Amino acid sequence: MNKIYADNAATTKMSRTAIDAMLPYMEEIWGNPSSLYEDGQKAAEALWSARERIAACIGAKPKEIYFTSGGSEADNQAIISAARLGASAGKRHIISSAFEHHAVLHTLEKLEKEGFTVELLDVHENGMVYPEQIAKAIREDTCLVTIMYANNEIGSIMPISEIGAVCRERRVLFHTDAVQAAGHLPLDVQREEIDLLSLSAHKFHGPKGIGALYAREGIRLTNLIEGGSQERGRRAGTENVPAIMGMAAALEEACRDMDIHRKKLTDLRNRLIEGLSRIPHSMLNGDPVNRLPGNVSFCFEGIEGESLLLLLDDRGICASSGSACTSGSLDPSHVLLAIGRPHETAHGSLRLTLSADNTEEEVTKILRVVPEVVAYLRNMSPLWKDIVSDRKEEKHGIIQ
Amino acid sequence: MALYSEKVMDHFRNPRNVGMIEDADGIGEVGNARCGDIMKIYLKIDDEIVTDVKFETFGCGSAIASSSMATEMIKGRSVAEALELTNQAVTEALDGLPSHKVHCSVLAEQAVRAAVQDYYERHRS
Repeated sequence: MNKIYADNAATTKMSRTAIDAMLPYMEEIWGNPSSLYEDGQKAAEALWSARERIAACIGAKPKEIYFTSGGSEADNQAIISAARLGASAGKRHIISSAFEHHAVLHTLEKLEKEGFTVELLDVHENGMVYPEQIAKAIREDTCLVTIMYANNEIGSIMPISEIGAVCRERRVLFHTDAVQAAGHLPLDVQREEIDLLSLSAHKFHGPKGIGALYAREGIRLTNLIEGGSQERGRRAGTENVPAIMGMAAALEEACRDMDIHRKKLTDLRNRLIEGLSRIPHSMLNGDPVNRLPGNVSFCFEGIEGESLLLLLDDRGICASSGSACTSGSLDPSHVLLAIGRPHETAHGSLRLTLSADNTEEEVTKILRVVPEVVAYLRNMSPLWKDIVSDRKEEKHGIIQ
Repeated sequence: MALYSEKVMDHFRNPRNVGMIEDADGIGEVGNARCGDIMKIYLKIDDEIVTDVKFETFGCGSAIASSSMATEMIKGRSVAEALELTNQAVTEALDGLPSHKVHCSVLAEQAVRAAVQDYYERHRS
């Protein structure tokens, strides 16, 4: 059975271009970029060219790019750095939103324990955070605003340039976790007035374990890893040259093909959204328009996400869910709760995230299989029977 | 999938005794929607023997598999034996469950007990 991979927000298949860009740096130019002899210096040159190419893709200068182990490290370093800079000026207030990635939320929790005040803004039902909310929340002692570029679960795209403008005007550092956006949406850190930005290679067909932090010139980063003087002394450890070369090649390729891919993905996505909306008691999560080109996120009442995923896997479809059973915790996804989905509904979520490798035929198959599996599970669900017979409210209460 | 044993996957993919019994002698429903699992067990009891049993479950793979296994384990047994069904026995019969899924087998035990309880209550009145 041919597998349909529809979980590209989790990770993507590496592109041939990215793999080919890596191989010479494992087979031939494997020297340490810090070494003085020729092979080391060749690696150092390659590293610099990767920095230039990545910078060019997001409108930054090469020296504003710091290589990290991935999006999570970049998020950690950006937030910790802004917090340390703020604290040295007596500013200890940070603004973020309730549906950020855990790499952001857990770093903020850590800072809260150190005495910072963290204000998590409410997310609207459509999965948006608006600049007016930021403007209202900024205080004299605000040192950082961190709002994701696009949400990884529900795909909503934030009004980043408007948020950037508010922060710049109020002289507050602005960080955005652009892990889901880089390579998929046109980014420009200057135009969008972004001070710090995180990205991760494996979300745009590059290798895993490599990412980058953009930090606007003049922003002093705090080291998370101490050691040698790599990354201008801000991130120790011998650079993962092959992975960095793969990331640069993947990002360039993604940016080159972005317009064609966006058009294709948007069409496939809209077909899926239209088709799945026909399932009774289903609801689309996230904004229908301001939405990542490949993101489809639904809640189906009366069923639980893990059993849905297992049955889809049996039918050859790889997808994900924000149910508690798949998150490994007692609560369903914090993102779905943040946009106001009741617990019982959030348990029945399904996320399909497409890449340019997906086809019309695959979408047709998904549109045939998902309604069948949902109907099968509903048929054995006592909750579903209560929902359709209107007994839910009296028995289970309306749980918000 | 490596998450579950083959036994769990078999009972999840081909659940035994799914459905409801119109004229059940005892019905037990446990769990809640907020936590993501509800199990409902229907018993048909004749002369203190569980002659038929059906289940309906809203929940994850292991919840469905645990319900299916529990119904198989009590079918044809006496009511007293059904009451002795433990979550450990269900887990063992499924060749184990991941630690964060053991509560599914607890729900299965509770659902059977609730159904027997319901049967006793109806019987007394």
